Amino acid sequence: MKSDLLFDFTVDKAAKTVLIIREFDAELSLVWDAFTKQEILDQWNAPAPFKAKTKHMNFVVGGKRFYAMVGPDGQEGWILQKYTSISPKTNFKLFNAFADKDENPELSGSDWDYNFSEQNGKTKVSIRIYNESLARLERMIEMGFKEGYAMTMKNLEDLLRTLSQK
Amino acid sequence: MRRDIFQAIADPTRRAIITLIALQAMTPNAIAENFHTTRQAVSKHLRILTESELVKQEYKGREIYYSLEIEKMKEIDKWLNQFRKIWETQFNQLDKVLSTLKKQKK
Repeated sequence: MKSDLLFDFTVDKAAKTVLIIREFDAELSLVWDAFTKQEILDQWNAPAPFKAKTKHMNFVVGGKRFYAMVGPDGQEGWILQKYTSISPKTNFKLFNAFADKDENPELSGSDWDYNFSEQNGKTKVSIRIYNESLARLERMIEMGFKEGYAMTMKNLEDLLRTLSQK
Repeated sequence: MRRDIFQAIADPTRRAIITLIALQAMTPNAIAENFHTTRQAVSKHLRILTESELVKQEYKGREIYYSLEIEKMKEIDKWLNQFRKIWETQFNQLDKVLSTLKKQKK
């Protein structure tokens, strides 16, 4: 893969955010589609060997996406996202929460803010993840760290909780 | 009792203590002078930091000096790096998807 594309990953403890910036060698409308259309999202939105499997998705303000990260042994980690704001081809925001297979979300989650901009045929995507919850940090420890990527994603949420603990 | 390092860094005062003693080993009194809080509160934070093994104690004469365990701090970096990798993997996958979509368009 092209290595000249920008990739930046920073954790800002003071602001309780994780900021991820990545450039893609494609025009904005295509990249926007890749982040907002179910059939494209399912092609990339889980780190191999996991696969993303969207059960349903309605990309409108107030709409939801319910999807699983499916592991090689068939294990599923469900995630429920709710779109809270959409400015077409510029920005969208969602609330991300882990859920059970029956779509019951956990109480706490995080706010994700996606920004898209195009320059010289390349599209830059910035994802800012804000923590919302002050849930007990001990939960993170209970969950354990190293049971695959789905779990690791879960840990990201927990890390954010950790960083916002007062 | 052993504690998780992430519990140790969960508190802003403890993070401030870590920053302080990263520069030099300090006594509890010297550390406490930097905070508008009781000596007891600082002692409690130091105990948690010590139990998480992020901080070590050394006795010099009658004083205890606290200093940072740099190697332990690196565990946090390693852990964060896992998240970075996850995103990296996904984005590399997206690169391939985008390149396929671009070809289809032509």
